[in-house]
Amino acid sequence: MKTLDTASDTTGAASSLPAAAPRQRPSGFKAGLSHLGHVAGENPVTGFAFALFALIVLTALFGPMLAPYDPLATDTAAALQPPSALHWFGTDQVGRDIFSRVLVATRLDLTIAVASVALVFVMGGLVGIAAGYYGGWTDRIVGRISDTIMAFPLFVLAMGIVAALGNTVTNIVIATAIVNFPLYQRIARAEANVRRNAGFVQAARLTGNSEARILLTQILPNIMPIMMVQMSLTMGYAILNAAGLSFIGLGVTPPTAEWGIMVAEGAAFIISGEWWIALFPGLALMIAVFCFNLVGDGLRDLIDPQRRT
Amino acid sequence: MLRHLGQRLLTTIPTLVGVVVVTFLLTRILPGDPAAFFAGPTADPAAVEQIRVTLGLDKSLPEQFVAYVGDLLVGDLGVALSTGQPVVAEIAARLPASAELTLFGLILSVAVAVPLGILAAVRQGSWIDHLCRLLTTAGVSLPVFFTGLLFVYVFYFLLGVAPAPLGRIDLFASPPPHVTGFYLIDSLIAGDLETFRASFAQLILPGITLALFALAPIARMTRASMLSVLSSEFIRTARASGLAPGTVIVRYAFRNAMLPVITTLGMVFSFLLGANVLVEKVFAWPGIGSFAVEALIQSDYAPVQGFVLTMAILYVLLNLLIDLLYGLIDPRMRIEG
Repeated sequence: MKTLDTASDTTGAASSLPAAAPRQRPSGFKAGLSHLGHVAGENPVTGFAFALFALIVLTALFGPMLAPYDPLATDTAAALQPPSALHWFGTDQVGRDIFSRVLVATRLDLTIAVASVALVFVMGGLVGIAAGYYGGWTDRIVGRISDTIMAFPLFVLAMGIVAALGNTVTNIVIATAIVNFPLYQRIARAEANVRRNAGFVQAARLTGNSEARILLTQILPNIMPIMMVQMSLTMGYAILNAAGLSFIGLGVTPPTAEWGIMVAEGAAFIISGEWWIALFPGLALMIAVFCFNLVGDGLRDLIDPQRRT
Repeated sequence: MLRHLGQRLLTTIPTLVGVVVVTFLLTRILPGDPAAFFAGPTADPAAVEQIRVTLGLDKSLPEQFVAYVGDLLVGDLGVALSTGQPVVAEIAARLPASAELTLFGLILSVAVAVPLGILAAVRQGSWIDHLCRLLTTAGVSLPVFFTGLLFVYVFYFLLGVAPAPLGRIDLFASPPPHVTGFYLIDSLIAGDLETFRASFAQLILPGITLALFALAPIARMTRASMLSVLSSEFIRTARASGLAPGTVIVRYAFRNAMLPVITTLGMVFSFLLGANVLVEKVFAWPGIGSFAVEALIQSDYAPVQGFVLTMAILYVLLNLLIDLLYGLIDPRMRIEG
């Protein structure tokens, strides 16, 4: 909690910075693009991460078309084969092609992550700005809810929620969103709080805008950049959380192709040396999370130079 | 100090109440009818109704909540269907295994992360700084269950140096006499070095897996906090006064830099307790995490809820401990308190 406070302090300082240093700059899309080029050039890792991100998104879109085999088709004659020219990532215990399954799983994993992050953005973001803007009882109740969620170890709470709501993919999305709620709510609250009496908000109030209208048209657009950075930073966590839940047998049911459950299926064969069943989906998961973390860091550099590490 | 302690204890109460309310709600939004579930598929409506009354499900929600809290106060978390034992007894029997693993992982990660973070800050831009960055980025990106499996493959299957990942001690050895429930400590008390070695060998891989996961936030925070302390004026003064570099770093900078790191430990525990479940599953570790996972798969909800509640209470108490530790280390807290 103390770290969160200091984080909001620095953003407060950062948000007031651009006003202090007005400089003539080319505006619009072109400027944004050159800024992106500058940041990517300065930090080649960020450029690489954005390229990798594009590749993952493309795989999610076209994976099922690219897969050389049917991800669910079993072939017991070709079971447990190590990687070869025919099966690049080998085959699993019932002869399914692991390369095809890893490709096809990209879409499901990415969908779970994007859906849960979008859900928590709407819940946490809206509730957070309302709490920060109105203050008082709204703030106290929302803060208490966040504190209660934070009182649980997050993965354990996610397990409990999925167990209670029922064992489905939708509930994994909901559980991942709920455990991330405090983070989004607090950032949105802090950002809305420092702006509640900013000049442009007072101007909007004086010209007769309703409170709800100010919240949505004045406050929300202003905190969007910070929230976007937060979304990309938590994407990696969301994917890990979902894969962890399916690894212990929650949400995704076999034979669906999903990275977490594929690692779980391969786990039984690690001891006897069939490493490829668990390795490739695990690597895919790792690369995706790594990429999201780097993209998050890159976006933060792009939008909020004050918080560069 | 005592007032600070009292105030901190008081702030724990609403949190605990919140935890109990949430766990209660989790028990009530179960899919389907719990009474029908407990009665089994062959029960007739009368038997289901009978069970509904026995479980108190025919009463209103507030009444059920009072009954639930009453059960909690006498330590009744229900019965695990799979074993027929009370959930409390099951969890109590398995808790030392989980605690030993988690504490071992934590100690290991602190022992590596803190010196690494300090060195990375002192020699900023050197190879050790890059190593620190690499490890912290890898630590947050690696799925903990995947690292565990990778370790099993390399150290058990390929190199043959680690024992089979099947629990706390190998099948042919017997556990040490029960004193603390921690095999490492119990075997030392019994003076049985063979058992100590056997249980240490089982502990090392899951311990490293957990430690690698917890390493990232601790090392990152140590580095950042050391950097900010090292650039402050009292360090410049200490250096200008001709103190030995080692003294400046350890006695002056380190003590101040530790405070934010201790605060981070709260978050680290949240990660560790969650990751613990996955690591226990990978290494067939007989802790409360794998107990909960087994129960989940069999749709046996009482153990899962008992597990969530136990973990949450543990986590609240750990945070309390961290805050008290903070007060002990930071002299300013004593004056303000």
